[in-house]
Amino acid sequence: MEYKNVQTTCVYCGCGCGINLEVLDGKVVGSQPVKGHPISEGKLCVKGWNVHDFVYHPERLTTPLVRDGKGQALREATWEEALDLVASRLSQIKVESGPDAVGFFASAKCTNEENYLLQKLARAVVGTNNVDHCARL
Amino acid sequence: MDRISLLREVVRDLLMEGQVDGVLALRANGQSSTPHLFVPDDDLSELVLWPKYALPRTMDMLLAASPDVRLGMVTRGCEERGLIELAKRNQVDLGRIEMIGLACSEQERDQCRCAWPYPTHVQVGEQVEGIADALVAEHEKLSLEERTEFWRRQFERCIKCYACRTVCPQCFCEVCVLEDDKWVEAGVLAPQFPSYHLIRAYHTVSKCVGCMECEAACPADIPLTVLYTLLRQDAEEMFEYVPGRSVDDPPPLVVETMWQGV
Repeated sequence: MEYKNVQTTCVYCGCGCGINLEVLDGKVVGSQPVKGHPISEGKLCVKGWNVHDFVYHPERLTTPLVRDGKGQALREATWEEALDLVASRLSQIKVESGPDAVGFFASAKCTNEENYLLQKLARAVVGTNNVDHCARL
Repeated sequence: MDRISLLREVVRDLLMEGQVDGVLALRANGQSSTPHLFVPDDDLSELVLWPKYALPRTMDMLLAASPDVRLGMVTRGCEERGLIELAKRNQVDLGRIEMIGLACSEQERDQCRCAWPYPTHVQVGEQVEGIADALVAEHEKLSLEERTEFWRRQFERCIKCYACRTVCPQCFCEVCVLEDDKWVEAGVLAPQFPSYHLIRAYHTVSKCVGCMECEAACPADIPLTVLYTLLRQDAEEMFEYVPGRSVDDPPPLVVETMWQGV
């Protein structure tokens, strides 16, 4: 029997609370707070207490999903296909409707570095200032 | 030999004897600690004492995960009492647990405002006397109106994280009444005073062993244990019942219900 706690950072918001994932025989079974953490001080909100739930959730996305057209069902695809589709469609929209037809939504669930890249993509590649946060959806 | 060195020796001996498959204790994690199951060949210099976590429910989970396993546990007073109360309610089998009795230091006792900072059999550490909870004494001076206002203001800050319930070593129900919309309305913050909090407080009666984990986990710094300690004192007066004192003391509320012919 192997039981340990692996410290990580909660992914649900920009606070960055310390969280211990309880791992029993290689499987994540629960969460514990990190006592003495400079940010979270050994406390968690309700999302933090339940962050381990999504790891093995049956509805968790494990592959990219794409639609072949508007109104069509989502189907599984490779990362290559999905990224090619996004790149070609965004380019097309930029040409047809102008860069400001695209909006970019950053997220507190991402790292600062990822959000930086996103706004760089928006401003320098697509050419729009439409950068906001997913909570504003 | 200092307390931690002696404890590591005791744990090492227990693991080497082969009577247990592992010892549940705390492992160093930077300046902090994490709950950890030490097995033979583990580096015991990483075993630490503070900050403490609520280990009885973790023990419950480990024993339930593997029906054949026997485990040791570094057990403070509150943890031994917690295991005893869980055992009474058929949640753990004390025969599968080898407790290593650890007496809390004066600093640890003071941090927990603890009246009972030692287990029945102290193997490691020097037993120190418990202290009366100063916050409880202050609170007892208030009138009923003042107390109601005090708790109303405290619970206004509750963000309904359920930490007090989740971390409690005595909360083992698979389906929790606090998640039932009939009693606690979903999607409402702060939870309506006083229903969530009184339901929670009521559930600690005859179970709460004063480990203070609920208060440590509360993001709003609500002094929960003041309320639960007052209830514990009342239960002791009414039923002469002290949670964790003995595995042979039947829980008063269960006994009372059965006696009523239900």
